[in-house]
Amino acid sequence: MSSLHGVERSALATVRHGLSLTPEFRKGMVGTLALAVLATVGKVIVPIAVQQTIDRGLKGSIPDLPYIRTAVLLCAAAVVLTALCAYLMNVRLYRATEASLATLRTRGFRHVHDLSVLTQNSERRGALVSRVTGDVDQISVFMQWGGLMIIIAMGQLLVATVLMFVYSWQLALTVWVCFLPLLVVLPRFQRWLSSAYTQVRERAGDLLAAVGESVVGAAVIRAHGSEARTAERLDVAIEANKAAQARTQRIVATVFPVTEIVAALATTAVVLIGVRLGVAGDITAGRLIAFLFLITLFVSPMQTATEMLNEAQNAIAGWRRILGVLDTPPDVADPGEDGVELPRGPISVSFEEVGFAYPGGAPVLTDVTLDIPPRSRIAVVGETGSGKTTFAKLLTRLMDPVSGRVTVDGHDLRGVRFSSLRERIVMVPQDGFLFDGTLEENIRFGRPSATREEILLALTELGLADWLEGLPEGLDTPVGQRGESLSAGERQLVALVRAYLADPDLLLLDEATSAVDPATEVRLARALDGVTRGRTAVSIAHRLSTAEAADEVLVFDAGRVVQRGPHAELVGEPGVYAGLHASWVSAARS
Amino acid sequence: MASKVTSAVMRQGFRVLGVAIRAERGVFAVAVLSSAVYGVMTVASAWALGWATQNLVLPSLSEGRIATGALTATVLLILGVALLKALGVAGRRYFAGVMQYRMQARSRREVTRQYLKLPLAWHHKHPTGQLLSNASADAEAAWGPLAPLPMAVGVVVMLITAAFALVATDPVLALVGFLIFPAIAVLNFVYQRKLSPLATKAQQLRAEVSEIAHESFDGALVVKTLGREDEEAARFRARAEELRDANIAVGRVRGLFDPLLEALPTLGVLAVLLAGAGRLEGGAITPGVLVQVAYLFTLLAFPIRALGWVLAELPRAVVGYERVRSVLDTTGSMEYGSANLTGESPASLRVRGLGYAYGDSAVLHEVDLDVPPGRTVALVGPTGSGKSTLAQTFVRLVDPARGAVMIDGVDLREVVRGGVSETVALVPQQTFLFDDTVRGNVTLGLPVGDEDVWAALRLAQADGFVSALPEGLDTKVGERGTSLSGGQRQRLALARALVRRPRLLVLDDATSSVDPQVEAKILQGLRDASQASTVVVVAYRMATIALADEVVYLDHGRVADRGPHGELLLRCRGYRNLVTAYEREEAEREALDAEEEEEVSA
Repeated sequence: MSSLHGVERSALATVRHGLSLTPEFRKGMVGTLALAVLATVGKVIVPIAVQQTIDRGLKGSIPDLPYIRTAVLLCAAAVVLTALCAYLMNVRLYRATEASLATLRTRGFRHVHDLSVLTQNSERRGALVSRVTGDVDQISVFMQWGGLMIIIAMGQLLVATVLMFVYSWQLALTVWVCFLPLLVVLPRFQRWLSSAYTQVRERAGDLLAAVGESVVGAAVIRAHGSEARTAERLDVAIEANKAAQARTQRIVATVFPVTEIVAALATTAVVLIGVRLGVAGDITAGRLIAFLFLITLFVSPMQTATEMLNEAQNAIAGWRRILGVLDTPPDVADPGEDGVELPRGPISVSFEEVGFAYPGGAPVLTDVTLDIPPRSRIAVVGETGSGKTTFAKLLTRLMDPVSGRVTVDGHDLRGVRFSSLRERIVMVPQDGFLFDGTLEENIRFGRPSATREEILLALTELGLADWLEGLPEGLDTPVGQRGESLSAGERQLVALVRAYLADPDLLLLDEATSAVDPATEVRLARALDGVTRGRTAVSIAHRLSTAEAADEVLVFDAGRVVQRGPHAELVGEPGVYAGLHASWVSAARS
Repeated sequence: MASKVTSAVMRQGFRVLGVAIRAERGVFAVAVLSSAVYGVMTVASAWALGWATQNLVLPSLSEGRIATGALTATVLLILGVALLKALGVAGRRYFAGVMQYRMQARSRREVTRQYLKLPLAWHHKHPTGQLLSNASADAEAAWGPLAPLPMAVGVVVMLITAAFALVATDPVLALVGFLIFPAIAVLNFVYQRKLSPLATKAQQLRAEVSEIAHESFDGALVVKTLGREDEEAARFRARAEELRDANIAVGRVRGLFDPLLEALPTLGVLAVLLAGAGRLEGGAITPGVLVQVAYLFTLLAFPIRALGWVLAELPRAVVGYERVRSVLDTTGSMEYGSANLTGESPASLRVRGLGYAYGDSAVLHEVDLDVPPGRTVALVGPTGSGKSTLAQTFVRLVDPARGAVMIDGVDLREVVRGGVSETVALVPQQTFLFDDTVRGNVTLGLPVGDEDVWAALRLAQADGFVSALPEGLDTKVGERGTSLSGGQRQRLALARALVRRPRLLVLDDATSSVDPQVEAKILQGLRDASQASTVVVVAYRMATIALADEVVYLDHGRVADRGPHGELLLRCRGYRNLVTAYEREEAEREALDAEEEEEVSA
């Protein structure tokens, strides 16, 4: 189950809500619809021309050629005019829909970034991507093609009906009686199609996820020779997707011929009843024949409507999915304008009876109360799963506590504007994700306004000038997809420089140099020691010296802070820290 | 120039269609046959109405008496024709769909198989987003024209039938048709020529938008921690707006030509009425014929556009097909030999003269290495010295550019497909978990029982946290599963390697996120394990290194020194600096503290 579930809405409400999010679409829509109406009127020109030719032009034994000529030329002029209307309508429609969809896409994209890490991680990446790509494409196909066809079809139906009633109300009723059952049956088919299309989209999402795994996990698959199993999983996803598609086609292939049959029945009925009416003198031959043409106008809306239901269903499914993203409230929300702007300067942090648990999970942090004074250097230690990373995520407000509160300089984190928060508090996660680009571009991600000189300076200050010189193209070295052209240790170095360049007042390192070699790490630690002087620094430590150098060590165990104080003090006390210390010492010296 | 390009695209497009037709002959034949029935019956329905007009409507109304025989014939004619037409439509639609989906699935299977076959180096050169779209959007685009194709063929049948029917009916009215329908065809051609480059560009941009979204969501944590959401949104918006403009350009062309293509047949009907009236005057045709021809033109107006749909899809299809093809045509997939790595005992590893380069930058030079069976060797070196690359050559994730890697004396390139991974297991630095259960992630499809899985988990010190998971081995982990810590993920990855009972185990800094005391237990376990194996371990921790029988010190892609840890410490300065960095730092700190104390006491 996806955690991105919007409000339950009917198809119509979904479309209406979707459109309301994009004002570009509504702008000028009245004019576009007016043009559409004019374009639709063009459809009845042929039946009128046929009726006029037969009834007026062929009245006597000799055709009234001048009359026919005038009528036909007038009709031709009308055809050209309605074509022009159609052109104008199309251009306006494309402009409006594309503009609104670009907005929808961008909003969806932005919203995904606004969602908490918790929500982001609960979604499969491929499925998330398709919400701002494929799903929006489906909507655009519908708005410019299917949706328009439906509007034109309705107009055509209306215009044809009006003309039918003008010609003969009896025959008009006959036609409607023939087509009415279709109007009852079609919604049922629509429901089947609707569920079938939801299946298609879900299977397509599964497919993307399966392909994504096989691509991202390429190294693991090869290393363990599990190609056959991966291929099998892919085949299952591919076949399921195909089967879902074929099911929709079976439904459509049933709907389509039914309208053909109904049209034939209507034509037969019109001929049967029309001839009788004609014999009675209630209808002219021209009008009766015009009816046969009008029925074709009646048929194609029904047919196109069923055909366009394909796309309508696709689009509504697409809309639901993108609205599902937009409707999901960012559970860790930016207070925005109402939020507090923190002034620059050393930061103090307080945890007040903070507790955290993942949804449906056991508590990860319990009753954590502590103060981090400004300019202090804190080391966080504890065994795997003791709650260190959760602590880091709460401190940087990647997540909000379930109970209690976290304050920065006395302000509840939930009330601090993100722009201010992210500027002042920066975390370097363990896995330094890099974007496909050069080293320089990746470092500049920390502060977009930084010059090349500032970037070089940052590298030098962190003692990484030597490492940079060793790279083939220096700052212009491409890092590759996800930074994979660099080693894991090098990626961590880049991530660290990137965060340092952001110039935060509180720097939080979550085992940020775990993959770097000891000599480089020691150099880095020293350099960081210098550059973070005057700032608050929190390090989740994975080795002894970080803890030793800290002003204070926080010892986590099973989600609680069980010990705190300077290393020298803690190491002498019996407790968790002494145990950790002993194992570190043996790891470093054995 | 443009026309040359376009006609080339069209030719390629038809070649793509040819591929599908050859692959799905049977389905295509049924779809086309159905569509032909539909085409002929469409013309027949116009003829039926013309016949009814002439033999039923006009005589009955002028004589004031219903022609009963003609009435029955009309009913049978209309309903009979409609029934056949309906069958044709149903068959055409269903089988066109089947053909399209089969081809899509076929391409997807081929592309994903190829992904699994191609070497890792190829993967590193291609963005994830691009590979995803090759298997999804491109495979879809490539076979897009197959949906309207049978209908288009049916339309051709329809046009030919109509041409014969027209000529047989009245040559003058036929002439009107012969002017109008070629005009529609020419207009269609111009349409596609204008549309093709625009559609191609839009398709390209669509892929780029997708790639940006993929990368950005992958790096969501970095974006968030640095507060770069606005910049990322701006980057995405810029490309989304380019796509918007490209789509509007496409729409402008569509918006012009679609109404024109609709107006032409209507003008044709009017021309028929005009010319037909003249013919009526001379008595050359009956009013029934006039109705028949006019009706025929009305019926043809819509389906004739199916030709345009196919043509419209072709450029996209060509782009999609070429993107799919470029994956399938990539050579350089790994070649396998026929040698088997048999044996139960620990394997020996030998590396001779190995060199490797990423593009122009060489990372490994002339590496020689020997690991006798059952021994443990530590690979040590500064960040970026080429350790991981070297480790990858041991399991043949990459092939060396020069030199060779041999297991039990057999060059890895000579080993049968699957033979290397049965013998050697690598635990990489970065852990990847599949969207699957713990069991699935450990076995990766290997047919082993739960006892073996638990044994591997125990050895990896992962049994504790796994048994605490809500559903134990059946707990979903990976992208949408329970979130595990870095250390827990690493231990699962280790279990994944151990369950395979490898004869050579390669650990590439694989326990970096594991607590030292847990790591010590793991390493202890590996030493005592009944499943003895040769071990190569990339590590920095002194405790890990100390367990090794021999240390190989790698610097700048070369083996700088080798020997027991103690000896290297004494004679190799670079090694000493690297592994004793923490100790020295601590010593300095203690000295500093002592100094301070002295100062205080003084």
